[in-house]
Amino acid sequence: MSFLELKNITKRYGPLTAVGDVSLSVEKGEFVSLLGPSGCGKTTTLQMIAGFVEPSAGTIRLDGRDITRAKANSRGLGIVFQSYALFPHMTVFDNVSFGLEMQRVPKGERKPRVEEALSLVHLSPYAKRYPRELSGGQRQRVALARALVIRPPVLLLDEPLSNLDAKLREAMQFELREIQRKVGTTTVMVTHDQAEAFSISDRVVVMEAGRITQIDQPYRIYEHPETEFISRFVGKTNLLPGKVATATGAGATVSLAGIAVPVENAGLSVGETVTLCIRPEKLHLTAPSNGLLTGRVADRFFLGSQWLYHIDGPLGTIMVVTPNDGSTPAEQGAPVGLEWSPSVVRVHRGAMAEAPDVALEVTG
Amino acid sequence: MSASLPDTAPASPGEDTPQRRFPTAPLFLSAPAALLFAALVLTPLFLTALLSFNQFEYATGRTGGFTLEHYLAVVTDEYYLEIFLRTFRISALATAICVVIGVPEAYILSRMTNPWRSIFLLVILAPLLVSVVVRAFGWSMLLGPEGPVNGALIALGIGRMKLLYSEGTVVVALVHVMLPFMVIPVWTSLQKLDPAVEQAALSFGASRATAIVRVVAPQILPGILSGSLIVFGLSASAFAIPGLLGGRRLKMVATVVYDQYLSDLNWPMGAAVAVILLAANLIIMLTYHRMVEGHYRRRLG
Repeated sequence: MSFLELKNITKRYGPLTAVGDVSLSVEKGEFVSLLGPSGCGKTTTLQMIAGFVEPSAGTIRLDGRDITRAKANSRGLGIVFQSYALFPHMTVFDNVSFGLEMQRVPKGERKPRVEEALSLVHLSPYAKRYPRELSGGQRQRVALARALVIRPPVLLLDEPLSNLDAKLREAMQFELREIQRKVGTTTVMVTHDQAEAFSISDRVVVMEAGRITQIDQPYRIYEHPETEFISRFVGKTNLLPGKVATATGAGATVSLAGIAVPVENAGLSVGETVTLCIRPEKLHLTAPSNGLLTGRVADRFFLGSQWLYHIDGPLGTIMVVTPNDGSTPAEQGAPVGLEWSPSVVRVHRGAMAEAPDVALEVTG
Repeated sequence: MSASLPDTAPASPGEDTPQRRFPTAPLFLSAPAALLFAALVLTPLFLTALLSFNQFEYATGRTGGFTLEHYLAVVTDEYYLEIFLRTFRISALATAICVVIGVPEAYILSRMTNPWRSIFLLVILAPLLVSVVVRAFGWSMLLGPEGPVNGALIALGIGRMKLLYSEGTVVVALVHVMLPFMVIPVWTSLQKLDPAVEQAALSFGASRATAIVRVVAPQILPGILSGSLIVFGLSASAFAIPGLLGGRRLKMVATVVYDQYLSDLNWPMGAAVAVILLAANLIIMLTYHRMVEGHYRRRLG
């Protein structure tokens, strides 16, 4: 049996179902992220694990113990809040020491443990400061030290990095992961930032409208999104609607507005309506004559390590990302060809659900 | 407003415009409030202070000249000392009771969800809509010898008690009148509190009571402080409540000032008592403020 287990957890607010039938098993020492857009129920799920929200149905088990109805102050979990929720009237030392005091750890033992936690997050010189005398990143570390010092069975992180600026956020991601590895605490993190979830989690749980849509390793979620929603929410993607033209053995072709595109056959039948997902970085620019598709460079954006092209062609605008390898990039307005290997194309059955531009905004 | 408009209208990117405009605009903007304050607060205060140094002739009622005899009389007379002590004792007690009742009241209010929160906020504020005089008479009917409280006491076999015209009655009525002035500032500082901070305390194993005492209370201390200052200041200078519920014998400073002005017609004496009350009030409140806020300035900013 796994260490932390949610079984059919549901939370209803009146007629609204915030979280519906969520089941999740977290192994000891694992780092799991709940990823989804705002309002998908990920924070409510975390709050139910923490004990601040009582589930309408389902059970939560921690290390074999049923904690579904246990009070928040009896669960002993370490929580890092989005706002950090430090005690502003206490010094950094007292903030970290608070949890130990509540657990009635003897005074003599508290000091070395607080010092150990502070040195873990590189804050030893700041022990005597008050939270408002610290920067955002330092406050974040205090919150982390405060949650870890009680040696909780599970560490819960609620959007821990969302209040930091981009550069600091990236640095803290790696530090968070390093600390978690060192301490070995089972961790559940809530985030809406896919980069954050992917870079530090063992497994990612994608949630949509109160339900879990996929649980997998970050790499698998990115490469094999199970639904069109995930492929749009996670990273950039090109979605191309079409119909299966031929299906023979391992291969099939899909007709996109009259252009035949080879794909891998996964039990497709001729005439079926499908949507193709192709990640922009899987496409290559070639000479117009060589490509599976041809088009014209409508726009190009320099992203430092990469170039992002918008290619106008017979299938509308297609995004292409190429690494900046130092060669001269394609000019705006230049005719280009696009090619890709059939194995990188993901085929989703059914028509496209809605306008795909939502994904661009969310993933940035 | 219109006078400063031509000044800004050119809006040329000249380097001197911001510097030239800067010192005059704040002056213009603060002038109306400053004038109002000077005319309605400082001038009467100054005149009162002047009056308190005038001589007073009982026979003719004339005032004039310069003397310190009124101050000397107040400082040396035990009658006044007792009244001042009583005033501050009653005010301190009323303030303390307001803290004890008002802070939990504000906390409960802040934890309510919306239809109830609005309703109860209105209930708390409603007494302010009724004149203090009316409320004082309400208390005197309630506690009078033939009032419902005494009626109940008789019915219970305890017998009639003298409730009116005592310090206790004045304190109870003051608490009733002053409570909103405690609840509102505390409630405001509770609004600014991050609810996650209390949750954080709970998540570390603190009981609800411990979370409130160790985490919530210290953070709303500035609210409690301002509430206490308002309640104490208003109680120490309260007139209607002690005047109507304290009777002729139980005097407080404000009622003594009234007597000096209107019964004895000794205006300079009344002015001297009023100035001393103001000074004493200021000293007590500033000391209190220093003590409490100095302690927390570095932590809460």
